[in-house]
Amino acid sequence: MTVLGSNELSAAALPATPAIRGGLLDRFWPGVSLAPSILLFLILTLLPIANLVVMSFHDITWQQGRATWTPVGLRHYAALANDPLFKAGIGNTAVFATVAVAVQMLLGFFLAVLTSRVFHGRVIYRTIFVLPILVPGIVIGAMWKLMYNFDFGIINQAIGLVGMMPRDFLGDRSLALASVIVVDIWHWTPFCFLLLLAGLESLPQDVFEAARIDGAGFWQELRHIILPLMLPTIAVTLLFRLIVAFKVFDEVFLLTGGGPGTSTEVVSFSIYRRFFTEDRMGYGSAMSVVTLFGLALLIIVAQGVARQMRRT
Amino acid sequence: MKRQRTLGPTVATHGALVIAALVVLIPFVWIAAAAFKTQIALLTGAFLFEPTLANFNEVLFTKTSEYLHNFANSLIVGTVSTAIVLAVATLSAHALVRRRAPSWLIHGLLGWSIAFHMIPPITMVGPWFVMFRTVGLDNTMTGLVLAHITLNLPLALWLMCVFVREIPIELEEAAWIDGATAPQLFVRVILPLVMPGLAAAGILTFIFSWNEFAVALNLSQKATATVPVAIAKYAQEFEIKYTEMAAGALLSAIPAVVLLLLGQRHIVKGLTAGAVK
Repeated sequence: MTVLGSNELSAAALPATPAIRGGLLDRFWPGVSLAPSILLFLILTLLPIANLVVMSFHDITWQQGRATWTPVGLRHYAALANDPLFKAGIGNTAVFATVAVAVQMLLGFFLAVLTSRVFHGRVIYRTIFVLPILVPGIVIGAMWKLMYNFDFGIINQAIGLVGMMPRDFLGDRSLALASVIVVDIWHWTPFCFLLLLAGLESLPQDVFEAARIDGAGFWQELRHIILPLMLPTIAVTLLFRLIVAFKVFDEVFLLTGGGPGTSTEVVSFSIYRRFFTEDRMGYGSAMSVVTLFGLALLIIVAQGVARQMRRT
Repeated sequence: MKRQRTLGPTVATHGALVIAALVVLIPFVWIAAAAFKTQIALLTGAFLFEPTLANFNEVLFTKTSEYLHNFANSLIVGTVSTAIVLAVATLSAHALVRRRAPSWLIHGLLGWSIAFHMIPPITMVGPWFVMFRTVGLDNTMTGLVLAHITLNLPLALWLMCVFVREIPIELEEAAWIDGATAPQLFVRVILPLVMPGLAAAGILTFIFSWNEFAVALNLSQKATATVPVAIAKYAQEFEIKYTEMAAGALLSAIPAVVLLLLGQRHIVKGLTAGAVK
C-alpha cells in the first residue's frame, strides 16, 4: 500500500509522465489483482474438494478436536450402491427439479409475455414478483409449513370453502413431494419471470411492427418471432433454474425433513444427514463425491446437446 | 405495439397479472396477520382479530431469546463477506476482462468459478467443517464469513465482469497516456464507473449471505448462529409456537423488503445481467 501512496503523491506533485510508472505494485498489478480470487478458490474450493475425495476412502472419528482417519478403501462406495436413502434422494431430486422447473418456465414465460404487453404498472408487478426470490428459503419453508397446517392453515381453510375435506399435505406420502414442489414453484417462478421479461424487453421492436403490418396474429407472433428470438434467454434461464433446483435443501429441511418415509428425501438432505446428523463423515464424503460426478456428467451432456442444437 | 389496442385484452391481461400478484402476496399477508394474532385466534381461524404485539415481544425481548443476537450475527457476516467479495471480485474482473493474464489462467479462473457455482453447497460444508476444525476456525464468525465469501464470489465475479466490460476502453487508454499507474487507473477510473454495478452485486451478495442456511447451519453454534439457523432451530424445538414462528419469519424478511424498496432497479439488473445481452 505504501507504494500506492508514494505514486499518488508524486502524481499529484508533478505533471504526470510515464517515467513515474514502474513501482512494485504497478509492475505486478495484474498478479496482485488476481491473487485474492486465485488463493480463495485454491484454498477454499479445490483443496476441500481434494480433501473430500480423500475423506471418502476413510472413516473419520473426532476426539478432543483431533481427527483419526482409518482407511477403508472402497467400502463406502460399495455401500452407497445399496443405500435406499440415497436412491430415493436421487429419484426425488430428479422428479422435483424436472416438474418444478418445467412449471416455473411455463408460468414465468406466460407472466412475462403478459407483463411486456402492459404499459401501466409494469414496475409494480415486477417489484411484487421479485419479492419471493429475496426471502430466505428457510423462512419460506416456515411460512408454508404454517399455511399447509392441517388444523388452521389457509390452504385447508380455502379448500374447506369449496366443500373439500382438509388434507395433511406434508404428512401424506402421496402428497408430500407435490406439496414441496408447489412451494418451490411459488418461490422461483418469479426468477424465470424476471429473466424472461428482461429478454422480452430487449427484443428489437421493429420486427414486431413489421409482423403486425403483415397481419400476424398473436400466436403467429409468438411462434415465429418471440420464441426463436428468445431461445438463448430461455436456455440460460432454464440452466440457472436447474442448477439451483438440484441444490434444494432449505425448504425441504423445515417442510418435511425428507419425510414421511423417504417421500421427499433429496440428495442434499441425504448428504447432510449422513455427514452431520449421523456423524459418518467418510460415508457422507463418498455420497458428495458421487453427487459431484453425476452433476459434472449432467452438465457435460447438456453442453453436448446444446452444441448439437445450435448446429441444426 | 402501442397503437390499436382494444380495451378487452388489456383488462384481461391486467386481470391475470393481478391474480398472479395476489398469489405472491397472500402468503406474506397471511403470515404477517398470524404474527399479530394470539395462538387461539390463529387456531380458530378468526378472520377478524385484535392485533397483539406479544409474539414480537416474546421473540425479541425475553431472556431466553437470542433473536437480536442472531440478527447482529447475520448483519456482521453479511456486511463483512459482501465487502470482501466485492473488493476481490472487482479487482479480478478488471484484470480478467482486459486480459492482463495468460489465457489459460483467465479461462481456468472463469470456468472454475462457474463450475463451482453449480456445486451444491452442502457438499462443501463437510470438508470446510473438517478444515476449519483442524485450524481452529470451527464455530467462529471468521469461518462463516470465509465460507460465504467463497459461495458468493462466483456470482459477484460474473456480474463485475459484465459491468467492467461496459466501460469504454478509450477511457482507460486516455488515463494510461496521461501517465496513470495501474493502481491509479483502477481506483480513479474503473471504480467510479463501476459503482452502479457494485450496488447491484453488493445488494444481491448481501441478500444471499443473509438467506444462506445449509452452510450456516453446520458451521455455527449457538453463539454464532445466523437468523435462518435460529428460525430453523426455533421451528424444530417449539413446533407448537406457531404465532411466534410467524413473527420471527416476518422480522427476518425485513432486510430483503427494505433493499427491494430502495434498490429494485439494482436487484433486477443484478439478477438479469449476463443472462440477457
